[in-house]
Amino acid sequence: MSGPNLVDQLKQRFGEAITGANLEAIDPWIEVSPQGLVEVCRHLHDEPGLEFNLLNCISGVDYFQPDEKKAKKFPWDVHLEVVYHMWSLPHKRSLVLKVMLPRWKDDKEGELPEVPTVSGIWRTADWHEREVYDLMGVRFIGHPDPRRILCPEDWVGHPLRRDYEMPLEYHGIRGR
Amino acid sequence: MSTDVDDPRIVEFDVRTDEMLVNMGPQHPSTHGVLRLVLRTDGEIVSEVTPHIGYLHRCAEKIGENLTPRQWIPYTDRMDYLAGMNMNLGWSLTVEKLLNYELPEKARHLRVIIAELNRIASHFVGMGAYGLDLGTFSPFLYAFREREKILDLFEDACGARLTYSYITPGGATDDLPAGWLKKCETFLDQLLAVIDECHTLLTTNEIFIRRTVNVGVLSPEMAINYGCTGPVLRGSGVDHDLRRDGEERYTEMYDGYAFEVICETDGHYPSDHDYPPVPESAVLGDCWHRFYVRMLEVIQAMDLIRQAMDRYSTAEGDYGVPIKLFEKLPKGEVYLETECPRGQMGFYLVSDGTSIPWRTRARSSCFSNLSVTEELCRGVLLADVPAVVGSLDIVMGEIDR
Repeated sequence: MSGPNLVDQLKQRFGEAITGANLEAIDPWIEVSPQGLVEVCRHLHDEPGLEFNLLNCISGVDYFQPDEKKAKKFPWDVHLEVVYHMWSLPHKRSLVLKVMLPRWKDDKEGELPEVPTVSGIWRTADWHEREVYDLMGVRFIGHPDPRRILCPEDWVGHPLRRDYEMPLEYHGIRGR
Repeated sequence: MSTDVDDPRIVEFDVRTDEMLVNMGPQHPSTHGVLRLVLRTDGEIVSEVTPHIGYLHRCAEKIGENLTPRQWIPYTDRMDYLAGMNMNLGWSLTVEKLLNYELPEKARHLRVIIAELNRIASHFVGMGAYGLDLGTFSPFLYAFREREKILDLFEDACGARLTYSYITPGGATDDLPAGWLKKCETFLDQLLAVIDECHTLLTTNEIFIRRTVNVGVLSPEMAINYGCTGPVLRGSGVDHDLRRDGEERYTEMYDGYAFEVICETDGHYPSDHDYPPVPESAVLGDCWHRFYVRMLEVIQAMDLIRQAMDRYSTAEGDYGVPIKLFEKLPKGEVYLETECPRGQMGFYLVSDGTSIPWRTRARSSCFSNLSVTEELCRGVLLADVPAVVGSLDIVMGEIDR
């Protein structure tokens, strides 16, 4: 688990790249800015004493309530998150990193938000980032193979986004 | 003698090969699932492999955003359909972690019995299907005969043979029926002899050894870097098993069990059983080692079941705690991984405080395990591609979700 020590250490080293942390959560997490992500990850991966060498999972979460009535009670700000769960094999502990993004780049609808890729550090990220791009619509800058992975190449939209609508038809197959 | 290339008498100069794209699959769903590989070959040598996945994508994560955690249980069955119980268990533990449930002792031991039984069933299919991949049919029949018996046991316990939905948040849907332990005991007693048969059929079979030894060697560094887990990781000699190293909520199930992680250290596997020897030509991390780790895990799972049955029969408490179908989840998020037969299956749950999760995410073990094929199949012979992919023991339902 990520104790307060680790957060202070990272803050000292990376300054503004560490934008926040929640240590009271069940799985405590550290928030990183997209600009500093690769450096922080490389540090976490290489530094003796940390060595988070196994990247478990990259998930995208869309915090957006399309229903206006329900939106009033919605407990979060509207944004999109990319969550990195990692594990250190030598030290047997886990860590959660989060990157907060706007739902659309520069608030222009249709422009996907951007995060630098970490596939140069963990090869696991290669396929996981492709999946997040495919289903959640996040562009990973510098990804070696930025294609869709689960949906067909010519699919329109990103299905796990909250405001996604099933296409009316796909190659003559009725969608809804 | 002329070295003219056009001389028809000199065959060597005439056999020139071009690069060719070969499409392999999409395969029939009865074996590993629907996987399509596009191979770039030069003669018999494969220079590049591109896996195409997504043929079994059923939007399980999207569906999870519209159901309560308990209602989503049947969908987890259908991810890794060969180890439905383990999938149920992973999701149940994740929900329990969010709700902070304490389970009665009996429920925990019941879960160990069921989960380890399913591990045996799953590894048997893995073994049989691997035989099929390499072109031998008989081990498949031996494996399925034994698996049938496990499915019968599961049918007695929960009524289903493939998609169980038996382990749920809070325990299980029902207690084990009367006389079940006896049947399970009888099954385990005859299993050891069958495993010896399987060792004769595959593990120590000369043809099998030649097909798998020193093929698709996965170094420990590469395995970790690609996020490989489960037998694939341990087959490369990395000593890591979530049943020992995982989160407390999961490891407390195995508290006090005699249990050793199956992994080669200093050239030896744990040696409390009469295992067949490792062939001299085998290299740590090759297909043979991955297969061998699975076979040893079957024996170990038998051991764990025996221990769990002893504890279960004397354990206090009930098989579960009562839980409401539409119980409100506290606001927050949890992530938990469990050791499934094929690797570490993780579930990520984000809750906004209602009874329906805001986001459900399933981290698939095979997804990462399969991604390493691009690396393993570079430069192997065409006929070795099924040997490599088969040794990863993938289930496409879990990869595509």
